[in-house]
Amino acid sequence: MEVITDKNTVMGMANLEKFSETLQSLAETDKDIIVVTSDSRGSGKLVPFGNRFPKQHIEIGIAEQNLVGVAAGIASAGKKVFAVSPACFLTARSFEQIKNDVAYSDNPVKLIGISAGVSYGALGSTHHSLHDFAALRAVNNIIVAAPADNYETEQAILQASALRQPVYLRFGKKNVPDLPGQIEAPFQFGKGRVIRRGEDIVLIGTGETVQPALEAAEQLAVDNNIDATVVSMHTIKPLDYELLSQLAEMGKPIITVEEHSVYGGLGEACASYLMENNYRNKFKIMGIPDEYTVTGSQNDIFRHYGLSCEGIAAAALKLLQ
Amino acid sequence: MTERELKAKSVEYRKKILKYIYKAKAGHTGGSLSCIDILNVLYNQVLNVGPDNFKSPDRDRYIQSKGHCVEALFVVLADKGFFPESDLETLCQYKSHYIGHPTRKVNGVEQNTGALGHGLPLSVGAAIAARLDEKDYRVFTLLGDGELPEGSNWEAALTASHYKLDNLCAIIDHNKLQITGRTSEVCNTDPIDQKFESFGWAVRHIDGNDVQQLKEAFEAIPFEKDKPSLILAHTVKGKGISYMEDVLKWHHGVPTAEEFEKAQHELDEALTLI
Ligand SMILES: Cc1ncc(C[n+]2csc(CCOP(=O)(O)OP(=O)(O)O)c2C)c(N)n1
Ligand SMILES: [Mg+2]
Repeated sequence: MEVITDKNTVMGMANLEKFSETLQSLAETDKDIIVVTSDSRGSGKLVPFGNRFPKQHIEIGIAEQNLVGVAAGIASAGKKVFAVSPACFLTARSFEQIKNDVAYSDNPVKLIGISAGVSYGALGSTHHSLHDFAALRAVNNIIVAAPADNYETEQAILQASALRQPVYLRFGKKNVPDLPGQIEAPFQFGKGRVIRRGEDIVLIGTGETVQPALEAAEQLAVDNNIDATVVSMHTIKPLDYELLSQLAEMGKPIITVEEHSVYGGLGEACASYLMENNYRNKFKIMGIPDEYTVTGSQNDIFRHYGLSCEGIAAAALKLLQ
Repeated sequence: MTERELKAKSVEYRKKILKYIYKAKAGHTGGSLSCIDILNVLYNQVLNVGPDNFKSPDRDRYIQSKGHCVEALFVVLADKGFFPESDLETLCQYKSHYIGHPTRKVNGVEQNTGALGHGLPLSVGAAIAARLDEKDYRVFTLLGDGELPEGSNWEAALTASHYKLDNLCAIIDHNKLQITGRTSEVCNTDPIDQKFESFGWAVRHIDGNDVQQLKEAFEAIPFEKDKPSLILAHTVKGKGISYMEDVLKWHHGVPTAEEFEKAQHELDEALTLI
């Protein structure tokens, strides 16, 4: 196994916190950075942004369709607009505004989906976004990504801000540890990051599932002498086909792990590429099944559906049998 | 129920709302306290609905658009016998049906709400269905004031007057606060009455924390024949607890042990004064 640097994990802040911090640093020198919120500045950790840059913060009130339409209008005048709202509402309620006013009309709004996946836990399915990858993958002209740690978050915001293209970023709300590999595998949209290299199996996560995948790899190494490769596939679209080919050519089983429906997300995106290109690796998609989602905290839900360290390790052992 | 009995009920409900939020360490405290008098009068005085007839197509419908204040709804439904109150001990726990928003897995809940801006269209649909089936049931829905900027509300408001749905009554819990701040400062919706009137509704202002005024308003619906009714219920967010009243952070603030004790004490006091 090739050792990747800074393996001692350091607990960072929540990605949302990092997002807000990065946006403030951008706004210090760039008056064109505009944040648009829908009674979501508190949840988006943007209260300090609003206080420091009141002229660069537009509050819409609880009206997510309006939020995205207005954001597109502001972006059309050349501003760098970040539209921030819970991922569940932003990508469901405002879906047509994203499809027509942002993507189709090529207004380069940065859509920030906060408390994504099942971050809202016991608030239930109205507040979960298990559809956002699937829905937005089917829309032309938008980058779809889920940064895993503070480093990926910071880079995603900096790079998205400089792009004249629509981008959707989803963030969780819990504190996340720093992942290894910042030097070996720098962040770039559309390029997956190999954060651990092993010979026996490939674990591909995105967003907040990368950490449990990495933990599962460590557990497999210690308990079972199995050496796993772990990838942070932060960008769901455009997917890193080159990396996928390299991983598939190892000839080992591949597991994808996502905080999303097993339909239409990271797993199926990988599967269709592998299938079309005649790769026949053993393959498993881990995510939230097509059922009435179990109730409980984000942790409860992860554990229930095997998206925890233990669950991923167990799935890996099964696939390797 | 007499006015006194209703008032006592409100205090009892407030105590329980705080109890279960405190236990679950989560919940929408301020908005549950502001709307509880409305739910009290609806379920104990107005609605023809209970565990016995909940499956009947003739029952009155209550759809809570401001779903985040589910604690108020659960406490009232438990009191009406829809489920044992002890079920609420599991609020927000793994595999519990009692989650942070209304779901139909819980007996007595009409619709799965929680995403704002859905209650009014759903209620308009239920009111239209009553007409289609030539039934007399009425439909009630409770909206937050911060929720009003959702466009779906105004689309549904048009449908309601277009179809002359005087079997529909919307109540706005007008507590003047939302998450970010004062509703007037986040997105000003004033004058709400004139907006709805111009959309073809009949509107009444009342003190929404006054059970007698609530009773009278509900007795008077429909306010005008062939028009949907809107009760603009002026309330106080966090009503009943001195340090919560009209204070922003109690939108989803959870009391500490000390705060919880103080609140229960204040409510016990209030009970003696009725
Ligand atoms: C569509 C949608 N957007 C945002 C939210 C998040 N949210 C929950 S409560 C709330 C504030 C509601 O304010 P208001 O309607 O005034 O309710 P109340 O003051 O009665 O609690 C917000 C923004 C949501 N539940 N649904
Ligand atoms: Mg309010």
